[in-house]
Amino acid sequence: MKVSNSYVGRPMERVEDMRFLRGRGTYVADVNRLGQLHAVILRSSVAHGIIKSLDITRARAMPGVRHVLAAADFGAAVPRIPLRLQPLPQLEPFHQPVLADRKVRYVGEPIAIVLADTQGIAEDALDHIDLEIETLPAITNREQAEARASLLFEDHGSNAAITWSAFKGDADAAFKAADYVRREKFAVQRHAAMFMEPRGFVAEWNAGEGKLTVWGAAKTAWYNRRVLAAALELEVEAIDLIEVDVGGGFGSRGEFYPEDFLIPAVARMIDRPVKWTEDRREHMMTANHARDIECDVEIAVSHDGRFLGLRGRIWADIGAYIRTNGSVGPRNVAQYMSGPYRFENIDLKATMLTTNKTPSGTYRGPGRFETDFIRERLIDLVAKDLNIDRVELRRKNLVADSQMPYPLASITPFDSSTELDSGDYHAVFDMCMKEFGWAEKSQLSGKLIDGYYHGIAVGSFIEGGAAGPKEDARLVLETDGSLSVYLGSSSVGQGLETIMAQIAADATELPYEKITVHHGSTSHVKDGYGAYHSRSTVMGGSAILLAAEKLKDLVRETAAARFGCAPAEIALDGEQVGFSGINLPLAGLADAPLEVEASFFNKKYTWAYGTQAAHVAVDPGTGHVKVLDYLSVEDVGRIINPLTLHGQAIGSIVQGLGGAFLEHLVYDENGQLLTGSFADYLLPTASDFPHIRSITLELKPCPNNPLGAKGAGEGGLIPVGGIMANAVADALSHLNVQPMELPLSPARIWQLVEDAGAKH
Amino acid sequence: MKVEFELNGEAVAVQVEARISLADCLRDNLGKTGTHLGCEHGVCGACTVLVNGDAVRSCLMLAAQVDGEKVVTVEGLSGDDLSPLQASFRKHHALQCGFCTPGFITTAHALLTSEPDADEERVRDVLSGNLCRCTGYVPIVEAVLDARKFYPGAKENS
Repeated sequence: MKVSNSYVGRPMERVEDMRFLRGRGTYVADVNRLGQLHAVILRSSVAHGIIKSLDITRARAMPGVRHVLAAADFGAAVPRIPLRLQPLPQLEPFHQPVLADRKVRYVGEPIAIVLADTQGIAEDALDHIDLEIETLPAITNREQAEARASLLFEDHGSNAAITWSAFKGDADAAFKAADYVRREKFAVQRHAAMFMEPRGFVAEWNAGEGKLTVWGAAKTAWYNRRVLAAALELEVEAIDLIEVDVGGGFGSRGEFYPEDFLIPAVARMIDRPVKWTEDRREHMMTANHARDIECDVEIAVSHDGRFLGLRGRIWADIGAYIRTNGSVGPRNVAQYMSGPYRFENIDLKATMLTTNKTPSGTYRGPGRFETDFIRERLIDLVAKDLNIDRVELRRKNLVADSQMPYPLASITPFDSSTELDSGDYHAVFDMCMKEFGWAEKSQLSGKLIDGYYHGIAVGSFIEGGAAGPKEDARLVLETDGSLSVYLGSSSVGQGLETIMAQIAADATELPYEKITVHHGSTSHVKDGYGAYHSRSTVMGGSAILLAAEKLKDLVRETAAARFGCAPAEIALDGEQVGFSGINLPLAGLADAPLEVEASFFNKKYTWAYGTQAAHVAVDPGTGHVKVLDYLSVEDVGRIINPLTLHGQAIGSIVQGLGGAFLEHLVYDENGQLLTGSFADYLLPTASDFPHIRSITLELKPCPNNPLGAKGAGEGGLIPVGGIMANAVADALSHLNVQPMELPLSPARIWQLVEDAGAKH
Repeated sequence: MKVEFELNGEAVAVQVEARISLADCLRDNLGKTGTHLGCEHGVCGACTVLVNGDAVRSCLMLAAQVDGEKVVTVEGLSGDDLSPLQASFRKHHALQCGFCTPGFITTAHALLTSEPDADEERVRDVLSGNLCRCTGYVPIVEAVLDARKFYPGAKENS
């Protein structure tokens, strides 16, 4: 008897690599259309001001310049970008217009668009646009925003957009009765996803067919198509958004930005293909920023170390407008601060403040990186105060397997509640301790060796995934016996083609080599949701499982018609169907391709979880931190491809280390971005963090999807900031250095050492 | 202006404006879109190509500067099959989105061609001039170290 396929769980080398490694990928900048013009965008150089005049005469007269378009050219009112997530009426005043009309609110805000024969000519033309902006005072921090020294949106009357409230139990009563309370202020700096491929679009309008095609889609093509169709007053079906190879996303790429409207709109307006690619400086001041929170929170604990409650305020600096998913980070800080620990009483409020900076959105582990920094720092401070071992304190408070499902705080005003689905948090914690060698390494805690103080830290985390409502898959058994898989999931570089082919091969029992996966373009399936919230594998993969069963039924019916028997009498055997001892190949079974569609619906998040531990060495003279060992242990329920999963974990941790030590989008008091190049905005490099280890487990399959998988694209970085700060505090415990802010830059640590030295 | 040079073993001649970078010339005039532009200020290394065997940033070099020189892009490092270095990248999952990959391949190829015995520290040092946002570099370093044996002069070969 034929053995069923078992590709799921195997470290399959990736299909995608064959083109990427040989320079044969097609990224959006590689797409060209005959007769295309090149677009370059005039952006505000002022953080806050009133546009007094805009004169395009000189630019328009330049040879090779074809059009210069500003807000007035797009009708009486330029479109404003709606919210994809948590769309609330009270946030509408803060929606971003696709072009600034009267006011500019951040450096980089689009004001006009130049179309020319070459990108060089278009860039030259920017210098010949005469723009006068009357400067207003820039709001660049929380104090200024709250003092209303200047208002970004005068009609609204406040720079505060909304306050999220996370609640559970009775926090005030818990704090009143608590044996011990610790209150602290923390801050996490503004940084960003900073994917390597700049954003870009190529758009073409076919007037004859009334059809608009846009290359460069990512993440959420179907949603973006609906927004674009509404803004252009076109039928949804008149637009195709095409996903070509995507050079990284991490939450930021693929959200609906002003250019998502501008480039298709002008292509249609002038009836010529238009191409736009941003440069890196433009990217840094236009694509979503992230993190950037301050908080004042307190934790209540019993005398024997039981966590009782969390209470406090969080302020998120969201920049000048609310972007499509701008609430997610601040909301998550409040809703998920309890993490994998039992907290029965929570009262956390997160206020989103507008400032004259680039607007914010999600970046891998949105809100989770920030909130884990706060929580894990608080836990180590509690351990110190109560003289309880920090390992035992965590073990004591982790949610137990027997308590699953365990409810987290609920959130309002866009109401949601969620619960941890499954997991053996203690087993993973203990495994991390053992693999890390905590007992041996703790001997080094606080020791000075060759000029470096050594420190260790541990922290646990949860990772939400698999956001609903659904994902679609369409399977086509071609007449040659090959299988085409079309998906609403999208690729941001994570290896989707390989992973989905593995799932499809097992589900259909067709040869892996005969499966081709197509994803992310609106032409593939009627509806799709895409790649965010670590959902592609769980949602798209589950949809494939459902579609595969339908395909098998269809194959049985088709074969039954050929054999003249009942479908139930048909035996499926890989690439053959059989009845009564006679076999027919799938190739040629039907005259036309056999096609099925299925949707996987999901209302419940998956909750992957894990524990990480680290060993650092701190140079007190320079503030430099060496990461000597970093270990992550995570349970993801079910592993589809250990190679790609391991890649996600390691890559995510190093991004987290970037956020913990290096990456910072710095503004001056005028709202000018001071870190506009890779020479100023420091990403981790190959020599920074060599010692990263990751172990992934399949302890507790997810009960809420047929794969049993839990979304696992973000987890690695979630606790990194907290663990690094705790490890530094441990190393410098003789000075009682307590970092309360990220990044842990050499200058900051040096200053903390200096300040502590002065006290001692 | 007219620029003539050897590209991936073949003679090419292009008419370009004097201000055109080598990267733009390769991508726009010669269709070699495997060379990627990630920052255009010489930091990310995605645009790295080989000029007379040296790894250079094609975004910081003018096309005019390669007149009469030998240029190799990522497309020139393999045919239908992967080169041993490329195969090692695949085996170690040393790429995810693939955008920075051509720059890492060209940089590592130049390194191992001249220093086939480069140790881990040397490999990390040289690769630290290229940015990757996906992998965390760990598998890239493993892939390059594992590929050393395929380069002539490596100790393991002698």
